[in-house]
Order: sequence, then C-alpha cells, then structure tokens
Amino acid sequence: MITVTNAHKQYGTFTALDDVSLDIPRGSLTALLGPSGSGKSTLLRSIAGLETLDAGVVTIEGEDVTNVPPQRRGIGFVFQHYAAFKHMTVRDNVAFGLSIRKRPKPVIDKRVDELLEIVGLSGFRDRYPAQLSGGQRQRMALARALAVDPQVLLLDEPFGALDAKVRTDLRTWLRRLHDEVHVTTVLVTHDQEEALDVADRIAVLNQGRIEQVGDPVTLYDRPANDFVMSFLGSVSRLGDQVVRPHDIALDRDRQHALALDAAVPASAGVIGAVVERVVRLGFEVRVDLRAESGERFAAQITRRDANDLRLAAGETVFARVDQPSSIVERMAIAGV
Amino acid sequence: MTAVTAENAERDRVVSQTPASAGPGPESVPRPGGWRPPRHLGVGVVTLWLSIIVLLPLAALTVASLGNGLGGFWEAVTAPAALASLRVTVLVSAVVAVVNAVMGTLIAWVLVRDDFRGKRVVDALIDLPFALPTIVASIVLLSLYGPNSPVGVHLSATRWGVIVALAFVTLPFVVRSVQPVLIEADREVEEAASSLGATGWTTFRRIVLPTLLPAVIGGTGLAFARAIGEYGSVVLIGGNIPRETQVASQYIQQQIEIDRPEAAAAVSVALLAIAFLTLLVLRVLSGRAQRREERAV
Repeated sequence: MITVTNAHKQYGTFTALDDVSLDIPRGSLTALLGPSGSGKSTLLRSIAGLETLDAGVVTIEGEDVTNVPPQRRGIGFVFQHYAAFKHMTVRDNVAFGLSIRKRPKPVIDKRVDELLEIVGLSGFRDRYPAQLSGGQRQRMALARALAVDPQVLLLDEPFGALDAKVRTDLRTWLRRLHDEVHVTTVLVTHDQEEALDVADRIAVLNQGRIEQVGDPVTLYDRPANDFVMSFLGSVSRLGDQVVRPHDIALDRDRQHALALDAAVPASAGVIGAVVERVVRLGFEVRVDLRAESGERFAAQITRRDANDLRLAAGETVFARVDQPSSIVERMAIAGV
Repeated sequence: MTAVTAENAERDRVVSQTPASAGPGPESVPRPGGWRPPRHLGVGVVTLWLSIIVLLPLAALTVASLGNGLGGFWEAVTAPAALASLRVTVLVSAVVAVVNAVMGTLIAWVLVRDDFRGKRVVDALIDLPFALPTIVASIVLLSLYGPNSPVGVHLSATRWGVIVALAFVTLPFVVRSVQPVLIEADREVEEAASSLGATGWTTFRRIVLPTLLPAVIGGTGLAFARAIGEYGSVVLIGGNIPRETQVASQYIQQQIEIDRPEAAAAVSVALLAIAFLTLLVLRVLSGRAQRREERAV
C-alpha cells in the first residue's frame, strides 16, 4: 500500500505535481499514464525518494517515508535506460543490493540463481551488460531490483527504449511475473495500450494533476472527461459529441438511420458525410469521412459491414452513434 | 585516381614504419559516402611527422648517450649522484601523481557536480599553470614559501618544496581527463545504486570510481610523466641539493655545464625509459578497466 497525499512539486516556474493524491493498493499493478510533462515520472520518483516533494506526504505500508532517503524506503526501481552497472557481470549486478547488505556469499548466490531463473537469464550469469540485448538488460535490471525483496517495485517507462516486438513480449512477461510475485508495482508509461494491457489500475495524469483513477475498463468506457477519453484510445467528434470510432454506425439510407437513431438516448443525431478513404486494417475497416459541416472524422466498422455497404470514396453515407459504450459522463458541462 | 596517388605516396615514403603507427584504428572502417583521407596517405603523413618530431630526436639522443660505449653509458647512469637524482625524481613524482589522482578527481567532481558562484572562473583557473612559464611558478613559490615566507611556511630546498612545485604544474592533467567522463556519466546508475540501499560513499566506491578509473589512471600517468621531466618550476625552490632535492633534469643540466654531454644524454635516456614504461603500464591498466565496461550501445 502506497499513499501520496497533497503532493506538490515545482521546478522553477514549471509545476510538475499540483496537489496530487493517490492510493495504490497492496499487491496491485498500477500504471501512471500521461503525456510527457504530465508529472507521472516525478510522482514515481517522489515515491522512490529520488525527488523530494515541496509539500505533501508519501507513505509506504503505513510508514511515513516523506523524509526517508531512497536507501531506506524498501523499494526496487527500474529505469528506462536500464542503468546497468557496466563494469559488473550480470551476477554482480543482481547481487549488488545483497552484497552491500553483507549477506553471506552462499545466500547471495542462491538468491541470484533463483532470480536469473525467473527472468530467464540463467545462462548469462558471467556476461557483462554490454553483451546483452536491450530486453535482456531490462530483465537483469528487474532481477536486480527484486533481489532486495522490495516492498514496492517502481518502473519508470521500463519498455520505452525497446523496439515494438520486444516491448509487447516483455509486457506480457511482466504481467505474468507480477501474478507470481505479487509485489505492489507502479509503472510509468505514456503508452495507453501498454497501460490497458498490463495494469489492474490506471491513474491518468495531465499537467501535474490526476484526471482519473480506475480499472482499465472503467477508464475506457466511462472516462471522466475528454482528456481521459482521447488519451485512452482514439476518438471521433460527431456533432457535439466525442465518441469512439468503433461506436459509429454507417448507413446508406437516411430514413433507416433516423429510425435506428431514435432508439438511442442522448444521441447526436444523424450526420451526412462524404467518404474520403476506406482503409482495410485486417479484420477492421477504417472509414475516413467528411461531415457536411466540413469536419473530418473516422469510423471503425467490421469488414462484413463494409462489404455490405460497398463503400467507395466520394459516396455519401449517414453516420450515427450506435450504442455508445464509451461516453464522457459530463453532459451537463458541455463545452469543456 | 585516388588509388594511384595513394600508391605513389606509399612508394615515395622513405621512413620506416613503426609498430606504433601501424594499423588502422576501429574508427577507420569505411563509411559509405562522406570524405575520408586515403588510408595509405594518412598513415604516411603521420609516420613522417612522428619521425621528425619524436623518433629522430630520440634516436639522436640514444646515439649521443652511447658516445662512450655501452660501458660508459652504464657508468654514467649508475654514478651515485645520477642514481640519487633519478631516485629523488621518481619518488617525488610518484607522490605528486598520487596527490594529483586524489585531488584532481575531487576537483573534477566539484566542478561537474556542484554549483557555486564563480564556478566558471575556477574552471578556467585550472589551466593556468599550463599557461604560466614554469620559471615564474618557481619564483612565485619561492617568494611564498621561501626563506622570507610571508605565511611562515619554509619549503625552500626541501623535497616538499619540489612536490608543491610539481603539483602546481601538473594540476590540470587529472582534472581535465576526469571531467568529461564525469559529465557523460549516467546519473541514473547512481540512483539505481541508492535505490538498492547503497550509501553515497558505497555508490562512489563501487559504481562511480570504476567508471572513472581509466580517466584517473590516464591523467595520473600524464602528470607523472610531466613531473619526471620538469625543470623550470623546481629549479629555484628545489635548491639543487644532491641526494636531497636534486632531480634528474637538474643533474642533466649540471652534467652539461661541466661538459659531459654523454652522461647528460645517458641519464636522459634512463629518464625516458622510466617515463615510457610508466605510460605503457598505465595504458595497459586503463585498457583493462575500459574493456570491462565496453561501451553499451
């Protein structure tokens, strides 16, 4: 359990954290998601003690650690660029935390072997970091952080420096590792897909504030505001509504569309639009449209629907919101 | 066209190729596009230049030192006064090198990691001993620490005086070789160490120092080599007392004054050999330290 209460952090005139409060339940995997400059890394580093807050309180497992240095916070920290000890072997890297705690050598060796087994680097014990790939280096960094049995594991954009394929592999692997080890984990990322994929809970940050905290499904389907909605997945603007492209239905016949739309509450109505481009993305088809008002938007429909409609560029269709699964619950404050 | 010119250059080259200048470094891997000097031409020019500037004078010196035969050379080098001056030189230079290794690293650390008013001025000051004629350094030190010392410190004609003079002129070496490495150093590595429970000192000793070591060793080696050959800055404050403060360069000067150029050359060659050996050993050491952490991509 980690709690952050009323955290403030200022760098010159830039406000990195603006009255941030957040509870992270024990054993969860929480993602701090936001664009760069949103304060997500500052928040993570404040939990680690690598930054000192201007104001606010951080507790880890009930203990107030606000003024405790990182050495004594019981944390494991993983950096985007691995922060490997280049002059040490993989074994010595992983053993570092234990060796400075003066544990007996057999104990250290046993623990190191155990961890290298878990992260799949058993055969790399005597290699130097320079002889490992990026993904392997990051797994070594994870083993190094886990070696000291931290109360919390903090990951700062851990997969940011890796290429796409390795990133998704490592992501899945991290999720499995977390299910085995159950250490409270906080992960910073700017990649919404990554957050939706691995996290139990997501906190969306923007300009030093927390916009919304919740499980991935809630955030995707019930975003608190336009920012959260547009940050978690793509959006289209239909009339005065912001919707997910896959919630837009297209129809050739205006009357038919109007009839179906009448059944949908809080609908934005039926909008006539010209097809600009039809992009086939495997199972799904993205249709780029231009509304009569001149505004461009995209709809995502299934391959079958696209075939039935026989869409081609230049033709006119009628778009409506069908079963809005994601909708910002703030109809009263329209115009935000 | 280029190939022909390069071949000509190769053929016209009369100087012998030394192992030191042979073989292209890893940087000379041909890059597609972009200009690079024709390989043979580059090697030729470097060899010629090094020969004129370094190898020929050294060869001439060696020849001069053998003017009285090998026996004469040996006699000149092992003469009690010569041996004593060499001993003093190496001892004093070793102390200066160690002092430099510690203080130079500390100064570089403060200049890179700490912020204070006038930091740029201090940074510029480091190179000043280089710009100053060394004899001026000697005069300054003599007036400050000599018989009429205004601060009451009398180092004139003592080994400590020599050490202070040498420390003054060799100040920049370690500072300037450690500084860039420290600037480039990855701070996250230190943060990683402290997140794992390492105190500041442990982090420095086990994480930072090993990465600085090649630079520290390199700078120390240069400082040592410079100290061994230093003349101007010690000439006034050292007092030139045989077996006490007379360094090899002063002994050489003395030999020339009493018209024994072979002895002067012989001791010079001995001095050169010591410097060369030291630099070679340090190079191997720092190479080993460097190899362990082969630059990560």
